[in-house]
Amino acid sequence: MTDWIDAAIALVVLSNLRLLGTSRLAACIRIVAVQGIILGLLPILFHAGNLTLRVALQATASMITKGVVFPWLLTRAMRGADTRREIDPIVGYTPSLLVGGALLGVALWLGWRLPLPVPAGSQFMIAVSLFTIMVGLFMIVARRMAITQVLGYLAMENGIYTFGLAFAEKEPLLVEMGILLDVFVAVFVMGIMIYHINREFDHIDTDRMSELRG
Amino acid sequence: MILALILVPLIAGAGAFFMRSNRLRHALLLAAAIVHAGLTAVAWTIRPLSQLGGWVALDAAEMLFLGTTSALFLAIAVFAIGYLNREGQGRLADIEEGFLFPNAPEATFVGCLLIFLSTMTLVIAAQHVGLMWVAVEGTTLASAPLIHYHRHHRSLEAAWKYLVICSVGIAIALLGNFFLVVSAGPAGERISSMRIPELMAHATELDPKWLKGAFLLLLVGYGTKMGLAPLHTWLPDAHSEAPSMVSALLSGALLNCAFLAILRMHGVCVAAGLADFSKGMFVLFGVVSMAVAAVFIVGQSDYKRMLAYSSVEHMGTAMLGVGVGGIAAFGALLHVVNHSLTKAMLFLLAGNILGAYRTKTASQVTGVLRVLPVSGALWLAGFFAITGSPPFGLFVSELTILKGALDARRFIIAAAYLALLLTVFVGMAMVFLRMAHGTGSGALREDAPARERFSAIVPPAVLGLAVLVLGLYVPGALRTAIDQAIAGMRLF
Repeated sequence: MTDWIDAAIALVVLSNLRLLGTSRLAACIRIVAVQGIILGLLPILFHAGNLTLRVALQATASMITKGVVFPWLLTRAMRGADTRREIDPIVGYTPSLLVGGALLGVALWLGWRLPLPVPAGSQFMIAVSLFTIMVGLFMIVARRMAITQVLGYLAMENGIYTFGLAFAEKEPLLVEMGILLDVFVAVFVMGIMIYHINREFDHIDTDRMSELRG
Repeated sequence: MILALILVPLIAGAGAFFMRSNRLRHALLLAAAIVHAGLTAVAWTIRPLSQLGGWVALDAAEMLFLGTTSALFLAIAVFAIGYLNREGQGRLADIEEGFLFPNAPEATFVGCLLIFLSTMTLVIAAQHVGLMWVAVEGTTLASAPLIHYHRHHRSLEAAWKYLVICSVGIAIALLGNFFLVVSAGPAGERISSMRIPELMAHATELDPKWLKGAFLLLLVGYGTKMGLAPLHTWLPDAHSEAPSMVSALLSGALLNCAFLAILRMHGVCVAAGLADFSKGMFVLFGVVSMAVAAVFIVGQSDYKRMLAYSSVEHMGTAMLGVGVGGIAAFGALLHVVNHSLTKAMLFLLAGNILGAYRTKTASQVTGVLRVLPVSGALWLAGFFAITGSPPFGLFVSELTILKGALDARRFIIAAAYLALLLTVFVGMAMVFLRMAHGTGSGALREDAPARERFSAIVPPAVLGLAVLVLGLYVPGALRTAIDQAIAGMRLF
């Protein structure tokens, strides 16, 4: 089973790099959705032998939200905005990939420096989660469009979820569901705001929203 | 009891979304605020038992913050009803660029306002770190639509900034929560749930390295929400673009909730023997926040932004007080209460001034004392209160913090603290005094109301009176509550 887990983790890393290197919004939305589904599968892989109803429920809820609901919401927002790709990011795509490589190095080093006092599912869990978090943060600062910033936020959330996976038992179901609900509402509210940004500015570049300063 | 405190505004908020009549909605807002305040008052006298297996509880610290929040909300609800009756409907001319814009539907506004109160109550009552996180994120989501009440591009920009920055900050806090779970790993089954009292009881068994990491992440995460520099960037925009009662609520209640979350983590660190580490962080963030705020207050031309930066300054002061410890911790908690009351009063008054003058630029406002006699007088009083002049409450709390710093023999910090307070005083004096005096001719909008409305001046006046009373003497009940809170969270 560890092979499957490691393969899933490798896929998460690759999806992050792909996210950094593509300008097509539809592709970005799909990548983040795939990431969400892989992460939803991970707890099932961890508990393959003794799958409890609770773990299955949690994983299903997470996969449906991240793999189906969010992509649908974001695709709608994208259609509404009538944009297909991010034309002019603050950091270009090739430099973004280089940054991604550097971040991966940092994440691996940190993961190696921070051994868990309790055994986790895989030794790469921490490194991958930190990498995903950093990629998400980078997306938020290096892209101009509201949609890509939301995607960055989701990637970051995915990374944090990965970290939480290592010891999911400690978190009660209520809290897990609360977190999922919060993220859902956050994306929902952001979706509504993207709609307003479209109407107000005729585009969804957040960097034109730069009147408030001082 | 505790559940009622959380559920009453939640249900009322949900109801407000579906209500047809505005009049009924206003009544609902007021009724929910009164019920909440009433329940809080009852909870002050008979401390309710914890509920949901200890997941929510109201102890001294919780009561202190809940009391402030609930009282503020009541004042703001009264103000809001007057405001909505006056400006809720129709299109208004933008004050800076002149285009017309509508407001958000009242259903959204009142509904979000009530849900916001519910989530804040949950933050305060929550004892489980996970539940607390869920509630803090809930406050962000409930308040973002409030900031975008005026439907124009500047408020949209402010709300988007608020939503993204705070969501990212709170996501970092979630990572901090997970770090906390990892640090509890070695304790095994002895820590069965991540409740604060349980964590404090077993604090010495936590892995110190991971606990430190958790504290830092939570400090940064919730600190974003609390408006600590350099994470405060959303705050001036949100406070200046939101309607005044929302600014009052954000500054007076929301920042406190985030502060309480940080204080709880501090308590865990102290119990784990990491007091020096966490106190150092408190002092660092406190001084930096005060300094950054002072820089932006001096020469600030927008009076609402100036009030926002002043919130950064006061949050910094409270952080500094806790970081110094001893009697300063008492001062810090008192300061939080005083600041909430004063800042809410000032934001409400700023709303009155904005309504009459239709500009946020301080230099275009003169003669407030003549044009709006009551608001003007309160505005002046508020200036002296917020800058920590006697006889107001902030004077007492700031002096207590200074005394704490001197007692701890931290003279450099005390000197920096005094210098920053003085800078802020001068910076704010230049704006406030000029606004209050003068003839006030020419700057008024044509349809300015002939006299000040009851609902627009009573709430700030009551808040101002409360700050004055707190400056003259600290009631025994409040003193006991603060002392118990300090003992409970081990802030000494």
